[in-house]
Amino acid sequence: MSNTDYLLAIEDLTVSFDGFKAVDALSMYIDNNELRVVIGPNGAGKTTVLDLICGKTKSTSGSIKFKNKELTKLAEHEIVRAGVGRKFQTPSIYENLSVYQNLEVSYPVGRSVWGSLTFKRTPELAERVNRIAAEVLLTDQLQMEAALLSHGQKQWLEIGMLLMQDPELLMLDEPVAGMSAKERDQTAELLNRISQNRSVLVIEHDMEFVKKIAHKVTVLHQGKILAEGSMDKIQLDEKVIEVYLGH
Amino acid sequence: MFGYTMTEIGSIVVMQGFAGLSLFSVLLLMALGLAIIFGQMGVINMAHGEFMTVGAYTTVFMSKVAVQYGWVGSYFMFAIITAFILAFFLGYLVEYLMIRHLYKRPLDTLLATWGLSLVMQQIFRSTFGAKEVSADLPEWLLGSFKPTPDIDIPINGVLVMGLSLIVTVSVYLYLYRSRGGLRIRATMQNRIMAGAVGINTKKVDRFTFALGCGIAGVAGAAFTTIASTGPTTGSLYIVDSFMVVVFGGAASLFGTIASAFGIAQAQSILQFFMTSSMGKVSTLMVIVVILMMRPEGLFASKVRK
Amino acid sequence: MHVISEKLLGGKQGAVNLLILALLLFVIFPLWLDLFRLNLLGKYVTYAYVAVGLVLLWGNGGILSLGQGIFFGLGGYCMAMFLKLEASDPVSTKIQTTPGIPDFMDWNQITEIPFFWEPFKSLPLTLLLILLVPTFLALIIGFAMFKRRVGGVYFSIITQAIALILSILIVGQQGYTGGVNGITDLRTLLGWDIRTDGAKYLLYYINAGLLILCILLSRYILTSKFGMLLLAMRDKEERVRFSGYDVSNFKIFIFCIAAMISAVGGAMFTLQVGFMSPSFVGIVPSIEMVIFAAVGGRMSLIGAVYGTLLVNFGKTMFSETYPELWLFLMGGLFIAVVMFFPDGLAGVYDKYATRFNLAGRIAKVIQKISKKALKTVGEEA
Repeated sequence: MSNTDYLLAIEDLTVSFDGFKAVDALSMYIDNNELRVVIGPNGAGKTTVLDLICGKTKSTSGSIKFKNKELTKLAEHEIVRAGVGRKFQTPSIYENLSVYQNLEVSYPVGRSVWGSLTFKRTPELAERVNRIAAEVLLTDQLQMEAALLSHGQKQWLEIGMLLMQDPELLMLDEPVAGMSAKERDQTAELLNRISQNRSVLVIEHDMEFVKKIAHKVTVLHQGKILAEGSMDKIQLDEKVIEVYLGH
Repeated sequence: MFGYTMTEIGSIVVMQGFAGLSLFSVLLLMALGLAIIFGQMGVINMAHGEFMTVGAYTTVFMSKVAVQYGWVGSYFMFAIITAFILAFFLGYLVEYLMIRHLYKRPLDTLLATWGLSLVMQQIFRSTFGAKEVSADLPEWLLGSFKPTPDIDIPINGVLVMGLSLIVTVSVYLYLYRSRGGLRIRATMQNRIMAGAVGINTKKVDRFTFALGCGIAGVAGAAFTTIASTGPTTGSLYIVDSFMVVVFGGAASLFGTIASAFGIAQAQSILQFFMTSSMGKVSTLMVIVVILMMRPEGLFASKVRK
Repeated sequence: MHVISEKLLGGKQGAVNLLILALLLFVIFPLWLDLFRLNLLGKYVTYAYVAVGLVLLWGNGGILSLGQGIFFGLGGYCMAMFLKLEASDPVSTKIQTTPGIPDFMDWNQITEIPFFWEPFKSLPLTLLLILLVPTFLALIIGFAMFKRRVGGVYFSIITQAIALILSILIVGQQGYTGGVNGITDLRTLLGWDIRTDGAKYLLYYINAGLLILCILLSRYILTSKFGMLLLAMRDKEERVRFSGYDVSNFKIFIFCIAAMISAVGGAMFTLQVGFMSPSFVGIVPSIEMVIFAAVGGRMSLIGAVYGTLLVNFGKTMFSETYPELWLFLMGGLFIAVVMFFPDGLAGVYDKYATRFNLAGRIAKVIQKISKKALKTVGEEA
């Protein structure tokens, strides 16, 4: 595969589980500082695409290039270190640790065994934790045990943990699931803010929310791209309407 | 080779093979119960061996009674059924009192059931004494037949194998061909959904656990025909049974049968050519090394996680 | 300085708890118990190493190894091999068919020292191997299993099988290992008789001192970022992996550390008790050591020590008088602790200690006493 100017270039990506192709010859490109939303009916392969990018699932064939670096052969932690962060569908945080500790664990220093044993808490770390806690609206909860947060706050905390890593590509799987209307608006603002200097890839069902954030929308159906373009264009696309309303 | 002629080696392999079949039968029954419990609920039952011992003592006890009343020829079938029922209800009780409180903590279940096994062993010792006891076997079980002068196949071994095959087939039919089995498999695959469609998953758990224990009881009845029973009899088989389950891939019935066969045969044949302890060590070592290379077991299919 | 004390001692509460333990081990027990009982206590202290290792591995890391006896045993056997070779000089073994080799080898018609016994002729090499052999085995097991993401109950079952393999192997290979009796009749360490009363006292103090050192090391690990990661991995392994950490390396490391600490305990056992046998390697001792940690508190390094001492004290007391009762109690203990007190004694203590500010009060008492002591010393001077 040739090198590209895109931050992320997925080309001809296929994965099959016992013959069932969950993702089928998919090609997709994401620009620097782009906020892309992937939508599609259940079972379209949206989460699988994220799994493939972050290395949770290994592809059957095809390539995923991030800054022209091939990701398909890397281990999960190497992909993260290359600059890809991923939020899971259900909030995945450390319930027994405090909010502060959750953020601290995600700080990308002292990632080796030895590094973690000799790691020292620096003023920069404290400054970063406080800044990001403010960004995700959790300043007042810093010392609270993470298990006690509301569902929406847990989602924010996980986004905050990813921001601690300062990834160039941030992937979010249904970030507003289970959130109130107000929380959704706050999250939309948050995403618009954080996509100023990084690329963001979001999977979402909530169309109102998608309208608020998306630069460009990709519609997946049965492991393939059905349509791609601006939200306005997508909404008028007959194939998309067929998939969502036809059955 | 080892100072034997080829025909002698042939006979040895056949005879050790048959000795292996008895071990295979007991291991299979033990592992079958464990596999149902582990596959269904993710529970490691360290006291499983003691449920086998319950079955064994039941059989011994009934044989003593049978001797008193002169029923020796026919008690064995009743003993198997009684062993199953007793172990089943004991399992039912244990699930209710203990296991169900620990479903979210699999490692703790392991420790708690280990504690249970200690208590049960001591109960056996206090009730039946520390000495090993054997069942009085009916006359027709004691003989053997000799197809060639070198080969000598004990009838009890054949009976035990027949028994374990019947149990295995019944379990298969129950799990895959009946409504009850459908409920168990539904709960196994998606607990929440199964609950939503009106299956009482708690009841299914209790029944499944009890069923596994009941099968261990049958294993105990079978065991009495090949060896004598003591308080710690079950604990000698527990590691082997676990190896069978893990090696075969916990969710695969075929895998359980194949790995029980492989492990029993390897142990029994190796034990003839090496010392008994080295035979066991080599078998276990090979299993551990294979498991390290293929942790999901030999027969588990690749599934999407 | 402040940072280091904070990390090693775990703050004021931690420092006080550690001080109390040290006071008990170094002052109160030696004054209170006769030598026989103290030696028995020394034996229990060697088990406490394993429990401390399990707090790291199981309590904090969520990895339940049912094979810690492997490492305890290997450490113990390494030490025993050295002592046995020293005890088997040609003069004291001259009645054997082949003088100069351990007696059990002679009984098994072995005529020369096997190659893997050779390194144990040297004490420095032996001390090194006590640490390295178990750690290396842990590294191999850990590497094979954690790199392939074998965890949970699978790990427990496989480590249990390995413990079984090793104990059968030791029993089976009598000529090389001393078989079921183990390696017995150990006498001197570089000419210093370890069976005298003086030696027993000294060994007890070394034993207790090393245990405190192991606790300090463990506490350093737990208070570092590594410790926080252990908790995080126990809770959400995936999340840690997708935060850029190679989870398997952390697990391998903590497994190796737990193995090494257990091995030190094993070596001290051999010195303190004077023999080593396969009955400390197999399934039963390995799982019993888990219950020591569970009773004391799986999350608490110091709690695990108390748990070990208490359970063993109970075992000795009951098996002398009511051996039958003991198995019931032991089994009941497993069930009760797991079901009703998952945090063990330390959990109960913490609950009440924080309520009554116990640490603060004890710290005050200690301060007063030490002030008084200083005063009297000053007055006398």
